[in-house]
Amino acid sequence: MTKLDSKLPHGPLAEQWNTHKADIKVVSPANKRKLDVIVIGTGLGGASAAASLGELGYNVKIFCINDSPRRAHSIAAQGGINAAKNYQNDNDSVYRLFYDTIKGGDYRARESNVYRLAEVANPIIDQCVAQGVPFAREYGGLLDNRSFGGAQVSRTFYARGQTGQQLLLGAYAALNRQVAAGNVKSYPRHEILDYVIIDGKARGVIARSLVTGAVERHGSHAVVVASGGYGNVFFLSTNAMNSNGSAAWRAYKRGAWFANPCFTQIHPTCIPVHGTQQSKLTLMSESLRNDGRIWVPKNIEDVRRLREGKIRPSQIAEEDRDYYLERRYPAFGNLVPRDVASRAAKERCDAGYGVNDTGLAVFLDFGTAINRLGIDVIRERYGNLFQMYEKITDSDPYHEPMMIYPAVHYTMGGLWVDYNLMTTVPGLYAIGEANFSDHGANRLGASALMQGLADGYFILPYTIGDYLAKEIQTAHIDTSAPEFAEAERAVVERIDRLFSVRGKQTVDELHKKLGHIMWENVGMARSRESLERAIEEVAALREEFWRDVRVPGGNWEMNPEIEKALRLADFLELGELMARDALNRNESCGGHFRVEYQTEDGEALRDDQHYAYVAVWDDDGKLHKEQLNFESIKIAQRNYKE
Amino acid sequence: MKLKLKIWRQAGPKAKGGFETYDIDGISPDTSFLEMLDILNNNLIHAGKEPVVFDHDCREGICGACSLHINGYAHGPDSEITTCQLHMRKFRDGDTITIEPWRSAAFPVVKDLVVDRQAFDKILQAGGFVSVNTGGVPDANSIPVAKDDAEESMDAAACIGCGACVATCKNGSAMLFVAARVSSLAKLPQGKIEASRRAKAMVARMDELGFGSCTNTQACEAACPKGISITHIARLNREFLKAKLKD
Ligand code: FES
Repeated sequence: MTKLDSKLPHGPLAEQWNTHKADIKVVSPANKRKLDVIVIGTGLGGASAAASLGELGYNVKIFCINDSPRRAHSIAAQGGINAAKNYQNDNDSVYRLFYDTIKGGDYRARESNVYRLAEVANPIIDQCVAQGVPFAREYGGLLDNRSFGGAQVSRTFYARGQTGQQLLLGAYAALNRQVAAGNVKSYPRHEILDYVIIDGKARGVIARSLVTGAVERHGSHAVVVASGGYGNVFFLSTNAMNSNGSAAWRAYKRGAWFANPCFTQIHPTCIPVHGTQQSKLTLMSESLRNDGRIWVPKNIEDVRRLREGKIRPSQIAEEDRDYYLERRYPAFGNLVPRDVASRAAKERCDAGYGVNDTGLAVFLDFGTAINRLGIDVIRERYGNLFQMYEKITDSDPYHEPMMIYPAVHYTMGGLWVDYNLMTTVPGLYAIGEANFSDHGANRLGASALMQGLADGYFILPYTIGDYLAKEIQTAHIDTSAPEFAEAERAVVERIDRLFSVRGKQTVDELHKKLGHIMWENVGMARSRESLERAIEEVAALREEFWRDVRVPGGNWEMNPEIEKALRLADFLELGELMARDALNRNESCGGHFRVEYQTEDGEALRDDQHYAYVAVWDDDGKLHKEQLNFESIKIAQRNYKE
Repeated sequence: MKLKLKIWRQAGPKAKGGFETYDIDGISPDTSFLEMLDILNNNLIHAGKEPVVFDHDCREGICGACSLHINGYAHGPDSEITTCQLHMRKFRDGDTITIEPWRSAAFPVVKDLVVDRQAFDKILQAGGFVSVNTGGVPDANSIPVAKDDAEESMDAAACIGCGACVATCKNGSAMLFVAARVSSLAKLPQGKIEASRRAKAMVARMDELGFGSCTNTQACEAACPKGISITHIARLNREFLKAKLKD
């Protein structure tokens, strides 16, 4: 028996969401007050969901690992948020946004979900403006737009280079309003370490206070996982230091199946790694590709002289520069999707044209744009990004091109959800980056913010009602039930076990080892051989971890080392599943590039006949397939050349 | 680089804290300040000692988690950056660096260099929002906003809620933090409607939570990693007065 019922609506795509909304149940205001919902995470998805559910009258508890909900990693999103408002009159439409997203995802996402996403993107912009989000404006007072990769229209709304911050502050403000109204109770500095399933339904969580170490039981009628992605499995990524996969992975261990774990996004424009002491990587927004041109020298001799510091990039003549994205993809140029841009950078660096001392960097050059628009316009558009770059690298991008290289940024894979955003565990939902549903094998720029807010403001608050309508007779969940005791005991045992290892290696040292295995073997280029190696090495490292990790201090205090150890223990399992999934997928698509499957000119070669499915892994590690059907879009090889 | 670190250690909120000194060597000037602390912690764990606890997350100057007083400066000696953006090239080989938590009555120490800043959330809960529910709002372009107003709103909205302003102010006032939010919303038609009510409620909550009063020393502006201007305090005062006049 398979549990995979995606509950996709039927009928014409443009009517599906409306029909579905009309079909699902609603809960009366009086009954909403009797129902408890737990939300895990306070990024765009979690904060917007909790605020909206609170407004509707549910009793909401929201948990986050930071000291304030405002610090969730959505805050760091720079570039923008997409919506098909067509304010620029450039022939944008819901259909075009839908089409670009399916194509950008290399035909590995569900049509129904993506169409709905494109539809609800417009009200998101309205909502944010009503909340007082200071989006960029034109002189006439109307909203400004810019372009992002994978699109030929200007549909990205932005607030300087701090769009994620401003949207999150909007959602956080809405959340604060509900906290003040008593509809939402906020639990900062709390981490979710397990779920409680009673009679097959999600009924609560086990949380640990990161201040006191106390392990707490919280019951609810439904649980929403909004804990983000698992990019930190690679150790070095653009994710925040505390971002982790544990809330999702623990859900998986309790029966929420995991979809497409191998789909990882490597972002093309990050500041290159500088040495072995580095703790994280910094993204330079994709918006920079509106005006920045990417290049490496044409002649290997110039590369050598650059690396030796004998010439500056500006001394290389125009005709001696290889603007390789413009050369290979004339129609989209520097605005190809992220996976394509990342691979192209790797291709040039692998061929020996990397421009810094490690050979792992390419130029992102604003010279042309500064000549055309003037330095002030560039400063207004990207000032804070340029400042950030300069503080890190000590080099001034107004005068010398930036050096960039791809880095792990986002995970398209995540908990499998049906059209209602419910996982395979009844009553357990996953939204935002924590689920798998909308981006296929590659996410387009400015679409993560869109999805987080779409799920939280406009989708989950409706769909969760369909489930909760059947729960109105269920009293508040009794946390003295044996299932709570069992889950709590398991958590306490895991913590005790980690302290008792008393080995020789620190958590960070072991995490770096995992990151190295993952980046080398499950990174931008994967092969059967590398993946088989990764599976073996991750398993061995897991064993090493449980034998040799050193967790100092004790449980009953603030202790970041135990937090990190618990997260790494989960990454060591998740990393293996990622490799297994990548090994199973004998094709290249989006961010998943298997070197065995490429076209003559090095493009990803999909195999639609055999792999047009969502790979869904159950908690025994068995693969299930959800076939993807393309009815509105003709499936084709992605072409960004013409 | 070789450095001497004088770091505030405090086991818990009620424990008595004190400075401890640590030596560290082999630090590259390109290393960030927090990476330097990571290395120190790794060394401490190997030496069987307890690592130093500090708040941090995004490490790119936007989440507002990091919060260190370094050599007497909030976020260290460089201007308009957070601690996580500070790099060791700003120090000299052989330097002694003193590292303390934020010091403010409203931000009690949790452990070592970590403080409790929930008072900021509470101030915002008092009114730092526009009272609209999800859904049922007009089209985003139905109300034009002058570009200059949007830009000024954004200047104030850049606040990351780190608390450097409070930690730097000799009175422990949160005026710049409150003013940034009040001003950002007051500059937009959507937020203007509730502007004076909001100012009054947030200031009242700030006073309740044990923050000091503003005596216009302007130290907060200098310490703000986002360069938020004290002119926003003037706008807050205007809105506050308007509310008072209505009373
Ligand atoms: S760690 Fe986020 S601002 Fe410093």
